[in-house]
Amino acid sequence: MNISSSSMVEKAADATARAMPTSVVRRLRGLSDRAIAWVFIAPTIILLLAINIFPLIWAIYLSFTNYRANRPNAPVLNVGLGNYERVLNDPDIWQAMQTTAHFVFWTILLQTVIGFALAYLIDRKFRGHAFWTTLILIPMMLSPAVVGNFWRFLYEPQIGLFAYAVSLVTGIPTADIQMLGSVSLAPWAIIIVDTWMWTPYVMLICLAGLRSIPDYIYEAAEVDRASAWRQFWSITVPMALPFIMLAVLFRGIENFKMFDMVTLLTGGGPGSTTEVASITLKRAAFESWATGRASAFAIVLFVAVFGLANIYVKALNKVKQR
Amino acid sequence: MSSVTSAHSVVEPSPTSKRIAGAIVILYALITMIPLVWIFLTSIKSPPDSISYPPKIVFAPTLEGYCNLLTTRTRQTPEYIASLPAPTGTCDEVTRKRNMVIAGPSNFLPRFANSLVIAFGSTFLAVLLGTLAAYGFSRFRVPLADDLLFFILSTRMMPPIAVAIPIYLMYRELGLSDTALGMILLYTAVNVSLAVWLLKGFIDEIPREYEEAAMIDGYTRLQAFWKVVLPQATTGIAATAIFCLIFAWNEYAFVALLTSGEAQTAPPFIPTIIGEGGQDWPAVAAGTTIFLIPILVFTILLRKQLLRGITFGAVRK
Repeated sequence: MNISSSSMVEKAADATARAMPTSVVRRLRGLSDRAIAWVFIAPTIILLLAINIFPLIWAIYLSFTNYRANRPNAPVLNVGLGNYERVLNDPDIWQAMQTTAHFVFWTILLQTVIGFALAYLIDRKFRGHAFWTTLILIPMMLSPAVVGNFWRFLYEPQIGLFAYAVSLVTGIPTADIQMLGSVSLAPWAIIIVDTWMWTPYVMLICLAGLRSIPDYIYEAAEVDRASAWRQFWSITVPMALPFIMLAVLFRGIENFKMFDMVTLLTGGGPGSTTEVASITLKRAAFESWATGRASAFAIVLFVAVFGLANIYVKALNKVKQR
Repeated sequence: MSSVTSAHSVVEPSPTSKRIAGAIVILYALITMIPLVWIFLTSIKSPPDSISYPPKIVFAPTLEGYCNLLTTRTRQTPEYIASLPAPTGTCDEVTRKRNMVIAGPSNFLPRFANSLVIAFGSTFLAVLLGTLAAYGFSRFRVPLADDLLFFILSTRMMPPIAVAIPIYLMYRELGLSDTALGMILLYTAVNVSLAVWLLKGFIDEIPREYEEAAMIDGYTRLQAFWKVVLPQATTGIAATAIFCLIFAWNEYAFVALLTSGEAQTAPPFIPTIIGEGGQDWPAVAAGTTIFLIPILVFTILLRKQLLRGITFGAVRK
């Protein structure tokens, strides 16, 4: 820092000091670094304890009771592990978990393949790549609920653009393209919208991975006359793998919680073909008002996400160290 | 134009491969934009045009969708409408063409205002708390710092519905249910984890020597923070603020479960816009367009910081 700028800063500091009542200045001057650290960090921790941890502990407590939120005055009984037993033996809940796993699997597979391919192509740095990349990024910044609602319109078999386009290409009559009404197509309707929205996310992380590979590695491979194919599988993919895995982790956690888009597109239907865990949970908690059982399910879900994420992070760290 | 077989052919791809890559990416970008363009086109269609088959690409644009979004209307006989005084304003005129009269404003503007208040309020708080905490974690030896940071991150792994039940009960006790304040506090708590992680990354990059120099010049720690660190962190703070804003702006699950009207934001409202005989798609599209515009602007402003924001700063570009 040069002299002129430091004296300028000093002047500004004097002005601040003068603007404050002396007692406040003295008190602040007196704060030790340790006190400042706590004053700075405490509000965040207190807020998180109040709005995240306290509710979580409350949910754990409720999961052992038969409490019902729509009957706040009814006596609350401790039911031990009863709720957990019911949750783990409930075929509907297992069905919802399977549906969720199905969504997570396909969305991650599609998003990773398409996202990586796009990143690989964008990394060629063709003319105007920055502009087109920005355009591609737009869907992931939008509200899943608002956009999901509009996709419902696009999917309408009689009037929607999607059915029209598919019918134009394949010749299938639009009446047969019931994306949201047919048991076999509804899950794919959601997978398509999710992929449309979140492929850019994976693409962006993959792009960062590809840009992190130093050029000299490719130069060395070229000297060794390694084929382009060989370079791709021996350099590009392994070097970008930690980034790809990070993208998969973040998408996996998010899609496990998937709620808004499904609610707006299908609401879980037709039947319960698209009923993911979050929707089952919402029904138990805010429609059946089985607060205790819903809390037990919530805890099971949280433990599942947390556990899977932790195992995955260990694998990720191994890949990073290689 | 032909590329030479040198080390550069790898680092700098050949013009042909660039052109092919460009063509595929542009094709993808154009396809990906279709739904968004369609939203905008639908917003300026008349209701019959919006549901005609095959979908109309050429049509007479109208502001009907926007008028229907902003007002509630009642159907009247042509005779009654003829007996009314001359239409006041564009919306009145547009609405009368369909034998309707404006009965009053719709709920869109209050919901949109809620979106603004809640998104900006929670963003301000999250960035304020996040900046302080990030500075604390970045510059001081905090006991159990790693555990605390991981705890802060892990609060984002919970499915919103899982905490929604107890928050619903807690808010009912505290009188916070269906209030803007309740939603602001909730979104602040959700966003502060991102804010701390992102801002810690930004502040870590500001050399400590700046503050040390200022403190040697007679500054207190707080003055150094205020006068030296904060100005240096402005870009990071701005980027963090926009990420928090986008989350709060787009959130649906909490608002759908915890509010029932007063404090509801636009995302649960837009799908409920019903016209005669079903969803009024031009009005829905109009609401969607208005709602998406700020995010489009932010995306373009933010593209350089995007990667950090979506990965909690775990990946730097």
